[in-house]
Parts: sequence; C-alpha cells; structure tokens
Amino acid sequence: MLKRFRLEEPESVKDASDFLARHGESARVYAGGTELLLVMKEGLIQYERLINIKNIAGLDEVKLDDGVIHLGALATHCKLASSTLLQERLPAFVRMEKNVANIRVREVGTLGGNLSFAEPHADPGTVLMVLGAKLVAGKSSSRREIPVEKFFVDAYETCLEADEILTGIRVPLLPSHSAVAYLKFGYLERPSVGVALFLAVDGGGKSIADARIAVGCVGPAPKRIEEAESLLKGKGFDEASRLISKAGEIAGDASQAISDLHGSQDYKEHIVQVLLKRAFHQAYGQCQPGGKGQGGLHG
Amino acid sequence: MGNVSQEERARGGCMAKVTSKRVKGQLIPISLTINGTLHEIDVEPHELLLDVIRDRLGLTGAKRSCDVQVCGACTLLLDGRPVSSCTLLAFEARGREVMTIEGLAQNGKLHPLQEAFIEHGGFQCGFCTPGMILTAKTLLDENPDPTEEEIINFMQGNICRCTGYKKIIESILAAAKKMKASSSRI
Repeated sequence: MLKRFRLEEPESVKDASDFLARHGESARVYAGGTELLLVMKEGLIQYERLINIKNIAGLDEVKLDDGVIHLGALATHCKLASSTLLQERLPAFVRMEKNVANIRVREVGTLGGNLSFAEPHADPGTVLMVLGAKLVAGKSSSRREIPVEKFFVDAYETCLEADEILTGIRVPLLPSHSAVAYLKFGYLERPSVGVALFLAVDGGGKSIADARIAVGCVGPAPKRIEEAESLLKGKGFDEASRLISKAGEIAGDASQAISDLHGSQDYKEHIVQVLLKRAFHQAYGQCQPGGKGQGGLHG
Repeated sequence: MGNVSQEERARGGCMAKVTSKRVKGQLIPISLTINGTLHEIDVEPHELLLDVIRDRLGLTGAKRSCDVQVCGACTLLLDGRPVSSCTLLAFEARGREVMTIEGLAQNGKLHPLQEAFIEHGGFQCGFCTPGMILTAKTLLDENPDPTEEEIINFMQGNICRCTGYKKIIESILAAAKKMKASSSRI
C-alpha cells in the first residue's frame, strides 16, 4: 500500500525546481507515476512530497521546432505513438512506443518519466541514443541540453541535478538514405534485451556511410557501442554483412550485460549479437533509395 | 453500502458526496463522473483510484490482482481510455469521466461485448472479464473491424488464467461483427 504523502502542483518549471531545491531528497517529481508508484507501493522508497508537474503548460508538446523534433517530456507513450509528425519522420520511434509495456501503461506513462526514472529494462533511451537525441533539463534560472549518452549514469540514476527537471527531448531529423531499427526480446513483462541501430548508406546504397549502435536492458543503463560502429562504417554492404556478427560480439561484450532473472550474461550477449544482425538487415533494406525507409523518404 | 440497489450501485453508490474519514493529511476535493453520475469527493493524494472505486463507492467490478499494471484485472476507462486503477492516484480522475464495467450496460441491456462473451464462452471464473471487456471496448471504439492479430496486440496487457485466449478473441470478433451489423442497419 502507498504511504501518505503530500502533493504539490506547481504551474511552472521554476516553481517545480524551487520545490525540489527546498525539500531535497524528501520530494520527487511525479508525472505518469507508472514506475514511481510501483516502488513506492512496494515500500522500497518513500517520499514526503510528490511534485506533480502535469499542470505545467506546454510540456507535452510534440512538434517540429527549427528543424529538430521536439518531444515534450510529459508526452505519453500513446500520444507519441499516435503522432502523425512522428509517424512520418521517425517511424522506428513510433514502432518502439507502440510496444512499450501495455496499452494502460502507454496511456498514462510519459517519455520524460521513463527516461528520468532510468529503469534499466526500458526501450526509449536505447532508441534515442542512436537518434542522436539531446535531453533538455531545466531549473529555476537555467536550462541545459544533455546528450543521451551522458544522461544515464547507472541503474535508476541519471545526471539530473537535484533541482533539475527533464522538460523535453530534441531529436535531429534523419539524414537522407538512413533508417533506424530497434529490436527487443523478452519473455517477462519488461524487455530483457534491446538493440537499436541507426544506419546511413551512401547515395548509391552500396556502402555504409554511418552507423550508430546502442544496447539496452541487459545491464545497468543503455550504452552506445562505438567500437562496433567503427567496424561497419565505410564498408561495402557485403563486407559489412560479413562483419556484422563480429560487431554483434563486440556489442555484446561491451554492453555490460549482467546475469539476472532475465537470463545469464552469456545468453544476453548472444541475443545482442542475433538482434544486431537482424537490425542491420532491416535497417539496410529501409534506407535504400526507394526502400520503405525513413530518412530516405525525406532526404 | 446497505440496501443499495443494482441501479444505484451502477451509478457509483447512493451517496452523492463521499467524504474521507481520515482527519490527518491533505484532502483534495475532486469532482468526477462515474458511469454517467457526477460525484464530488475528497481524496488524499496517496489514495488509489481502485480503492476509491471499490471501497468507497462500492463498485467491485474492477479487481486488484497483480497490483503492478501487468494483468489488467483493475482496468477502468478514464475518458474512454484504459488505465490500471491499481496504480493510478485517485486525484488524477478529477474532472474526468470514469467508466467501470457496471456502467457498460444501458437501460438494463447488456453491451454487445458482454453478450458476445456470454454467447461464446469468453469467461470461466470471470475475474479478468471486466478488464477484458473494457479494454476490448476501447479497441472497438477506435477500430470497429479489427483483425485477430490486432486484437491480440491490443489485448496483450490483459491476462487470463483459466478461459484461454481463443474464446476471448472469438468473443471480441463476434461483438465487432454484431456492432457493425447493427450500425449498418441504422
């Protein structure tokens, strides 16, 4: 059961940040509550105050802003999944959002809450990492942009300062002839392994112009695997296809997989390799000129 | 709830105003519509919607089961969308419309989904059924003619431990067909 707490409902980021500064660790930001309330119900953590930020206007907007896609931190998974802007510009992100948890969690849970809570078995952080997204954090008197790679510090731990609030996520538009694939595997209610790949091909579609790889869910936090990316960059398709198993092996090794209820470390590393191979073929097919692509459609 | 009639129960109990007995802590006055009836109640911040609906308003169709938003037995519709009331703070329902399974039948006539679940054996013990039917209602409201695959995808967060999913899927398909036929007659 939930223990009693007080509720604060600020109407600006500044007021919310002031509450956090004033109450320190006895207060926590509350948005959808789909993660936070679970641990509070279990009695694993208690707060004297929850700061409901849903009354702050404009924090749930999804829009194209100066050539960048802006995802408001309070946008729910359902809102993101049904956004026509995202369906057109970031279909891989929409596919991921459509498969977060279940319909009830997607209805209430927010993207910002998902990222800020930093539960390791989550999808969005891994995908945002290969999209080159930046997270916008605000407090009373300032705001800053944080690359996703720097945001996650450990399981349930981010680099947000005590009085900072995640207000939005900024995602650059995909370049031409590029695509993103995100594949996950799991048999429990949360994903056990998630692999995201951004791939760009050259104009003729014969070689890999750019690649970004991230692995999530297997360890404490999603992780970008640049060693595996460099193996693919600049290679022709045939050579990259031969090297993708090796890239998967590197990605598995570097993913900081741990043995837990979801599976052993070896098992997870193997699944990373399998998923990366599948993601490579899926993304490559989509970023071909004329393919059912993403960046390719809008380049 | 004493002698509360079925009809009153479906409206959310006989009391128009239900006040929290607790004296300490913070009370938030909220007004919400439950199955078409406006209620004004005071809730504490930590109260869960499921507890308010079941224990204070006497609507016991929604069930507490997994308590972690996985099984769907506590499903309610909030402004027509499914939520896990076991993990939703009650104050979040302020100014909104809640539908529980008790509010689905209209003027004593069961909803086509309820009829289909009966006709096609879509339940055995019935524990998951209110959540199944309310989730299926959301699906049919947004997609009146779903494929079997679309039903499986949409309903994957609602778990049944005894009926088996085949009969549930058959029931939803049958309800969709029936609703489509009746709407084309109008």
